[in-house]
Amino acid sequence: MNIVVPVKLVPDLVEELTIDASGAALDTMWLRLIINELDDHAIEQAILLKERYGGQVTVLAPDSEGVDDMLFTASARGADQLVKLVGNFEGGVNNHALGRALAAYVKDLKPDLILTGVQAHNDLDGSIGALLAEYLQMPYVGYVSGVNLETDKAVVRKEYPGGLIAELEVALPAVLGIQAAEQPPRYVAISKVRQAMKTATIEEHEVAELDLLGGAVVSRMFQPEAAEKATMLSGDPDAVAEQLIGIFKELGVL
Amino acid sequence: MNQDIFVVVEHLRGALAEISYVMMAAGRDLARTTGGKVYAVLLGQNVQNLADTLAADAVLYLESPSLADFTSDGYCKALSGLIGQHQPRAVLMGHTSVGTDVAGALSVRLGLPLVTSVRHFEGDKFVSQICGGKIMAEGELPAPTALITLVPGGYKPESGQSAQAPLVTPVAVGALEDLRVSVRQYIEPEAGDVDISKEPLLIAVGRGIQNQDNVVLADDLAKALGGVVCASRPVVDQNWLPTTRLVGKSGKAVKPKLYLALGISGAPEHAEAITGSNCIIAVNTDAAAPIFNIAKYGTTTDLFDLVPVLTEKVLQAKGG
Repeated sequence: MNIVVPVKLVPDLVEELTIDASGAALDTMWLRLIINELDDHAIEQAILLKERYGGQVTVLAPDSEGVDDMLFTASARGADQLVKLVGNFEGGVNNHALGRALAAYVKDLKPDLILTGVQAHNDLDGSIGALLAEYLQMPYVGYVSGVNLETDKAVVRKEYPGGLIAELEVALPAVLGIQAAEQPPRYVAISKVRQAMKTATIEEHEVAELDLLGGAVVSRMFQPEAAEKATMLSGDPDAVAEQLIGIFKELGVL
Repeated sequence: MNQDIFVVVEHLRGALAEISYVMMAAGRDLARTTGGKVYAVLLGQNVQNLADTLAADAVLYLESPSLADFTSDGYCKALSGLIGQHQPRAVLMGHTSVGTDVAGALSVRLGLPLVTSVRHFEGDKFVSQICGGKIMAEGELPAPTALITLVPGGYKPESGQSAQAPLVTPVAVGALEDLRVSVRQYIEPEAGDVDISKEPLLIAVGRGIQNQDNVVLADDLAKALGGVVCASRPVVDQNWLPTTRLVGKSGKAVKPKLYLALGISGAPEHAEAITGSNCIIAVNTDAAAPIFNIAKYGTTTDLFDLVPVLTEKVLQAKGG
């Protein structure tokens, strides 16, 4: 089983986000990047499948700050091959362009299965998995939270609202958008990551041209303003708790 | 190209999804700018009456046994033919586990631009909600046909409803052969645990709870108040609470008297499922967390400092 996992880094939402001077993009100067959480689940699901059925896991990502550390961490968790797409990714690139770049590279790897996060919080022109599938003319299923393999097909659990699950058969090769791995992404000790830095290698693949066609063009970004923002309770924990007790009583729950 | 708007009706196992009304309201709003008609596009088998309550000018009904269940492959094939032929100004789909499975493939197959996470339109501009609800991105509706996935929050579902059933026009569906995705079975959510959608008092924990051992803090408060603990996605994905307690897009939508959110940022996937709550109180150390935009009361006090004190006071109040 040859499994390819395209991942990307996204802004850490714990940090403050600011808009740059153009008014139409995030200020990248102080932006801290972390792996897209759902891509992390995709890596975990790929490794679980490798452990269950054998095979090889290739993790690939477009170049950005921190990408090497992220790839070495994937290696420490069990990924076999690490690939970095190198090109003009700095100005930010939409998923159509990234999808085309990934497709051009991935098709030569002849994957049986491609797993990636079902979405990233900064997607604006579709999820990378859905686009990549069509560029490679493979079927796509998103919101997947469980995968098993049978001859020539994957049997996947797809999530619908309200907790309903559909069990689907998907012909291989296929692309799956992962919502959650069957178990939480495994923790690896920093010493193991350091070891991976010494033993694993990151292959670099040059992307000549990034074609943005098909994506959305943003003319303005802004922070949402609530029509009615919450009434903020302040003071020390005791004072805040006291105010909450008052609100609970008013609501009739206490 | 014409100025019409297509709304791809979302339904599952015979029930219309609420996002269909929201999309219809959005479609009507956009059609006021474009000047075209709003068509409900309904795909399925024996569901011709499902669009009767939608405020559409007409229903285009694509019926086929291959469309009896939603599959990305079946919907893509059927829709790409229709969109290619009709060339509407925009096609609205839900930013859901149905719509997002289809939108990307349609964009590539038809060579049409795609904008996702759109919350509302302002004239001929889209406004998308990204970065966990912290950032809005605005731009011109791309041409010739804009494919859109819509998130809830920008339009009231009632605005997409109508008492008068629109005219249903059957549309011939070409052969849907060689579909690569098929439904084997549906699995109902586990029963036995509490039904959080019916609970009047919910104490919800998010990523801010940090680890499984801390969930007991919320548990103690819930016990003191006589409520139930529920959670956002990261907590359930870590197996700190069972999926029956999941509030959000693929979990339950809730409407309690009190929703006390501890360490929850309020990402759109979570927010959309709690807006029916009578009163939301948010505890989050990040003053910029979007949860404060939908909460009635909020505090940036650290939940680890606040919750034990609060539990103690609740017990005192009950005891006295």
